[in-house]
Amino acid sequence: MTAGLPLYLLAALAVGGALVMLAARHPMRVALGLIATMLALAGVYADLGAHVVAVFQVLIYVGAVMVFMVFVIMLLDTRDPSFVARYSRLLLPGVAAVAALVALLGALLVGRGVAPARVAGAADFHLQPFSAAFLAEYWLPFELTSVLLVVVVVAAIAVIRGRGGRDG
Amino acid sequence: MDRTQFLVALAIALFALGLVGVIVRRNALVMLMCMELMVNAVVLLLVTFAVRAGSTAGAAYVFLIFVVAAAEIAIAIPIVLLLARQRRTLDVSAFAELEG
Repeated sequence: MTAGLPLYLLAALAVGGALVMLAARHPMRVALGLIATMLALAGVYADLGAHVVAVFQVLIYVGAVMVFMVFVIMLLDTRDPSFVARYSRLLLPGVAAVAALVALLGALLVGRGVAPARVAGAADFHLQPFSAAFLAEYWLPFELTSVLLVVVVVAAIAVIRGRGGRDG
Repeated sequence: MDRTQFLVALAIALFALGLVGVIVRRNALVMLMCMELMVNAVVLLLVTFAVRAGSTAGAAYVFLIFVVAAAEIAIAIPIVLLLARQRRTLDVSAFAELEG
């Protein structure tokens, strides 16, 4: 199956948001670039037919994680030196190493390609079959995530309070 | 261009941009956001191949990854805030003696 025009536009938006993340000085603009990328990826998932994943992407990533991030950025001191000087001294070696990695992966992707799909259709990613399978087969991991979230709440409180709760 | 190949290329591009961000940026919060970008690129790969295989397990797994990523951010941000409170800066070069 070939990629259509919407997919190209969404991919361009995603890469553009990622480039904004690299170039922007203020963390708030970096966060907005990341939000643009995440929304574009949600569009890509919807274009693929994975509507459930697209909704999760918007709800959990854009709705929860990035709102948290934006609140934290608003709490920070804007005169921080890392807001002014964006890049560390690893700029050139880092970009060179990642460029080599991308060249290697790209050569593999173009040279070998991707094996043709054996199964067609994304029907399982619609809400009804997904929820049925989710609660019938994957209920144990689902319940374990709630345990994980409780552990995270306790751990976050422990990290913030520190030893003996001296910071209140 | 084949759709799967295009999406794999997009995931490689996003992962590489996130990796560059983690390496070159100085602000600890920006580095965290670049790590989120890398996670997103990997999730894009997972969704691409799960859709191709028509597997419900892929969708369930993506949901679990989202929850774990949210949990990871909920722990990482307090740690960054504690470091920032201690050193009065978010510049990671101020934390150089944490190594080892």
